[in-house]
Amino acid sequence: MSAPLLEVKDLRVEFPTRRGTLVAVDGASLAIAPGEILGVVGESGAGKSLTGMAIIGLIEPPGRIAAGEIRLESERIDGLPYEQMRRIRGRRIGAIFQDPLTSLNPLFTIGEQLTETILAHLEVTPAEALARALALLAEVGIPAPRARIGHYPHQFSGGMRQRVVIALALAAEPRLIIADEPTTALDVSIQAQIIALLKRLAREHGTAVMLITHDMGVIAETADRVAVMYAGRIAEIGPVRDVIHAPRHPYTAGLMGSIPKLGQGAGKKRGRLVQIEGAMPRLNAIPAGCAFNPRCPRRFERCLAERPELIAIGTTDAACWLYADGPR
Amino acid sequence: MDRDNRPLLRMLEVSRDFDVSRPWLNRVLEGAPRQLLRAVDGVSLAVKRGETLALVGESGCGKSTVARLIVGLYATSQGRIEFDGIDLAAPGASALRRRMQMIFQDPYASLNPRWRVRDIVAEPIRVLKLAASEHEVGARVAELLRQVGLVAEDGEKYPHEFSGGQRQRISIARALSGNPEFLVCDEPTSALDVSVQAQILNLMTDLQQRLGLTYLFISHNLAVVSHIADRVGVMYLGRLVELADAEELFVRPLHPYTRMLLDAIPDLEMSGKARTPVAGEVPNPLDPPAGCAFHPRCLHANARCRSERPQALVRGEAVVACHAVEERRI
Repeated sequence: MSAPLLEVKDLRVEFPTRRGTLVAVDGASLAIAPGEILGVVGESGAGKSLTGMAIIGLIEPPGRIAAGEIRLESERIDGLPYEQMRRIRGRRIGAIFQDPLTSLNPLFTIGEQLTETILAHLEVTPAEALARALALLAEVGIPAPRARIGHYPHQFSGGMRQRVVIALALAAEPRLIIADEPTTALDVSIQAQIIALLKRLAREHGTAVMLITHDMGVIAETADRVAVMYAGRIAEIGPVRDVIHAPRHPYTAGLMGSIPKLGQGAGKKRGRLVQIEGAMPRLNAIPAGCAFNPRCPRRFERCLAERPELIAIGTTDAACWLYADGPR
Repeated sequence: MDRDNRPLLRMLEVSRDFDVSRPWLNRVLEGAPRQLLRAVDGVSLAVKRGETLALVGESGCGKSTVARLIVGLYATSQGRIEFDGIDLAAPGASALRRRMQMIFQDPYASLNPRWRVRDIVAEPIRVLKLAASEHEVGARVAELLRQVGLVAEDGEKYPHEFSGGQRQRISIARALSGNPEFLVCDEPTSALDVSVQAQILNLMTDLQQRLGLTYLFISHNLAVVSHIADRVGVMYLGRLVELADAEELFVRPLHPYTRMLLDAIPDLEMSGKARTPVAGEVPNPLDPPAGCAFHPRCLHANARCRSERPQALVRGEAVVACHAVEERRI
């Protein structure tokens, strides 16, 4: 792997409350290379979105980055003053969120929003900005961009709106895109179109993408590597093929088993789905040792007492004591 | 058809229109016409006793409207719905609706936050007078909670004390409390995390086997449907375009829209299979295309598809509405 574009080390995000401090992200480390798509998958409350928000510097107070470092092209970007971070957002890091309607201003045409973003970040004339806006709309697959550029967000369908948001994220040619559930609000046929678009952009522009989603299918289609998060920690990280076909962490294995799959017989011939008992712990009640231990079918004493760090097993890293003495 | 094989529920050419006209004053001043949106358009289907029939389709295809028509939350505009052979619109037929219940998508919105769980689950028992005494109500509630994997003591708590999956269990317990035969489930697992979804799907399968329930299962998730359904109906823009055995439908889909939907599902196996790229979007339901509603996105559309609406065509066990299939072009 070439030098990472983004490096996150031991990131810790805390929320102080009256009843004590909640740790939402607890020691997450990951890296993304240029042109690489890293999937971050997990169930609600696993800390995947907060990891993304920490990287773009948008953790809502009183939440804060309590420890760790975030480096973009080797330069530390955590704890930068607001104004400096604002210039990095959009210029060097683009963001795509789940609901395209909340990412767009309903009072401005998409052309105005695009050219404003381009003029804010790049040194171009208004005419050049307009030309670039048209090129971007064409690139993300909006038919007849010249006719559409004067339209308002509500005049677009959900899938087209998400394309506009992607065009906005790309406006200043960022090196990294954080995409947080970019297809969750979309229908499956539109989702397939957006996934194909993200993959093409990463390949053609060498843009690194952090793709945050709860949908393992989207990860399998899109990502090169995947990090599986559980209760604020990374449980497993590795090449997507290995993690899906040979999951090491019992949580990943359970998660994969619990996904209904096509082509496993239907109707009365179906078997039961693998079931992980219980639910993810709340942030104020994360168990000692391995956070997954109360639900883990393979736990032993060490899991109750000591917290496992990521251990390299072949191509993947898993935070599980099963592998403390090498792979089994 | 003999009585035992008689379908539990039949929909015959059912349509539902919604009035989406501008307000009266605007119509008068601006001369704007009345505007109707046909959310369900001539849907016919039958649900057999003890089976799970799933309806799939993208947002706005009318699948949730079908669910609400069946349980009576909406009235039909045209057509007829029969339950156990009796027209649900007939006088006195509303008693039949006691034999069906509905489970909704959002377990946060569908439970009253001010009620204790035991009262939520007991409400149908009290309303339908299914228990002789309050003591009997309590015993029945405890049994129902155990049946869905909770404990009797959970009845004392309020909905906010439970996670999403547990709330959906409470919704199921409440639906079961009136001893229904038929459950209409509208996206029951869409708001849940995947590991919790597996728990609820397994629970629904167990309950069906134990209590002999019949399910109409509405979902946009084809993988979930392939897991739970015996038969699957595919809807597009208010119309039923294909209805077939689940095994058959997922292996040999007939309608081009079904093929497109199956192609669009992310491939977890990463087999690298070649896929037809999905083109276009669902058209505006206020102005549906003439002929076959799918023709603007269809690779096999010809002049007939653009002008003539395809009728339901029986192909063995399957029903499909497609000119290309009829003409054996695909």
